[in-house]
Amino acid sequence: MLRGERGAAVREALQLQIAIGEFWGARRFVSVSNVHMMGDIEVLGDAGKGFLERVAASAAKAVCSTSTNARCIDFNFTERLRQDAAAVAKETQVIRALRDMDITTVDTCINYQTVYQPHFGEHVAWGDTGTVIYANSVLGARSNFEAGPAALAAALTGRTAEYGFHLDVHRKGTLRVDLDFVPLDLADWGAIGKVVGAANQHYLAVPVFTGVDCHPTADELKHLGASLASYGSMGMFHIVGVTPEARTLDEAFGGNRPTSVLKLTRSDIEQVYAGYDGGDRPLNLVVFSAPQLSIYELKSLAGLFRGKRVKPGAQVFVTTSRGVKSHACQQGYLQTLEEAGVLTLEGVCFYILQNLPQMREQNGWHNIVTNSAKLANIIGAHKFNAILRRTADCVDIATGAV
Amino acid sequence: MAERNTISVKRAHGAVVEGEALISSEGFSPRYDLDRWSGEISRPGHALEGVNIRDKVLFFPSAKGGIAAGWAFYDIKAKGFAPKALVFGVTNPVMVQGAIFAGIAITEGWDIEPSEVVNNGDWVRVDPQNRTITVVRSSLVSAANQQTTQAE
Repeated sequence: MLRGERGAAVREALQLQIAIGEFWGARRFVSVSNVHMMGDIEVLGDAGKGFLERVAASAAKAVCSTSTNARCIDFNFTERLRQDAAAVAKETQVIRALRDMDITTVDTCINYQTVYQPHFGEHVAWGDTGTVIYANSVLGARSNFEAGPAALAAALTGRTAEYGFHLDVHRKGTLRVDLDFVPLDLADWGAIGKVVGAANQHYLAVPVFTGVDCHPTADELKHLGASLASYGSMGMFHIVGVTPEARTLDEAFGGNRPTSVLKLTRSDIEQVYAGYDGGDRPLNLVVFSAPQLSIYELKSLAGLFRGKRVKPGAQVFVTTSRGVKSHACQQGYLQTLEEAGVLTLEGVCFYILQNLPQMREQNGWHNIVTNSAKLANIIGAHKFNAILRRTADCVDIATGAV
Repeated sequence: MAERNTISVKRAHGAVVEGEALISSEGFSPRYDLDRWSGEISRPGHALEGVNIRDKVLFFPSAKGGIAAGWAFYDIKAKGFAPKALVFGVTNPVMVQGAIFAGIAITEGWDIEPSEVVNNGDWVRVDPQNRTITVVRSSLVSAANQQTTQAE
């Protein structure tokens, strides 16, 4: 590949991977069986789009199954969201370039719930931090955070440098978190992720949770992981008795001594909620997104909204994948949400929506209420004031019940 | 004792670059913290809110989550307001992948707190090959000289 038999784009991809591997002191490459990459016009910009199109034009192809992350345009609602026509056209071109490279444009950040579930020990190269922490922690697969250019390189070469979470040594626990309560809502799991992540920002910090006296669902683990990754830049966690590399506390730590032991109580989580304040501005935007909702989250949300209406002047958004939205339509959840006045977007994530700053101004949005701790963290770059609330509280705010 | 003017870093990649130092007490993400249409740190409450990162040698204690940083550095480089170098206490793969892809020098780890060696506004040289960051010209030279004179 370095000699260019597979073209300049593949040679450059491998050169990039070698430079990245050298930085981290990797000794070799590992084969990857699946790649998940981020590439939409909002994150790419014109420069990144131009790069993708050059690679596609060179006839370079993905050599392993490759999926795409959530993007910034929902083609069904571009007019309603007043998304820029030029950006919509560019997004179409981006998708075409990706498909030309044999990349499957599923546009979801919950690929691990809907598209591909790597087995224990399988090496993959995934983008979107929430997907990586889920793969490592819950599935026992192995991936580092692979940013767009790095994931594309892995798709073209079928390999990635062996560093970080591909190595046993970095998969062991480094700090301990004892819970003395049972989290009751997705937002509680996210709040735990915030407390632990914000206090221990380090890619190779691996929290080990003990005292989890329940059987967390995939969606709960998804919110915990997405939050840890967002606030702490973390790529792995263990829950003793739950996740596959933590059958016991000793196995989770693998000989490491915890650098710290944190005790989390319900009052710590209540303090997280108390830390958010809407001031005297209206609570007129409620968003369920980041990560996209699973079919069971949509079911639960439809149950909470059934028979109610979004209060006048407020808007409520849900984001999910195209596949999940289709299922939700079959099951009637989508119609229930629509009857309540909730707009369900597909193939996107709220915080990367093209035109979001303009949307904020046009709609007079200041506060954003959400049950996603991750969203509450990252929406700040768009100058929103985020307010994290439990799912049912979000629905009450949206329908004017409080 | 002569004052130290060099920081040794643990890992590094990129060409030798020079620029004005800007030290942040807070971590960084080009997605969460940056307005990518102006190059200004835009997140309300960030330690460097309102500061432009163009051509700076940026010192951050840590990296924050966010895969999109990989494309973001390439984007801001094309738009003309990329920093000269990213100097992290602790970084993550996204920052490294994105910086290498965009051709921005990046380093991780330091043997001394940068603020003990470097002041904001100092002109510094980042040498990834030798894994060093050197103060070439201090913005406080005259002030420091005066202090030394007084101490003597």
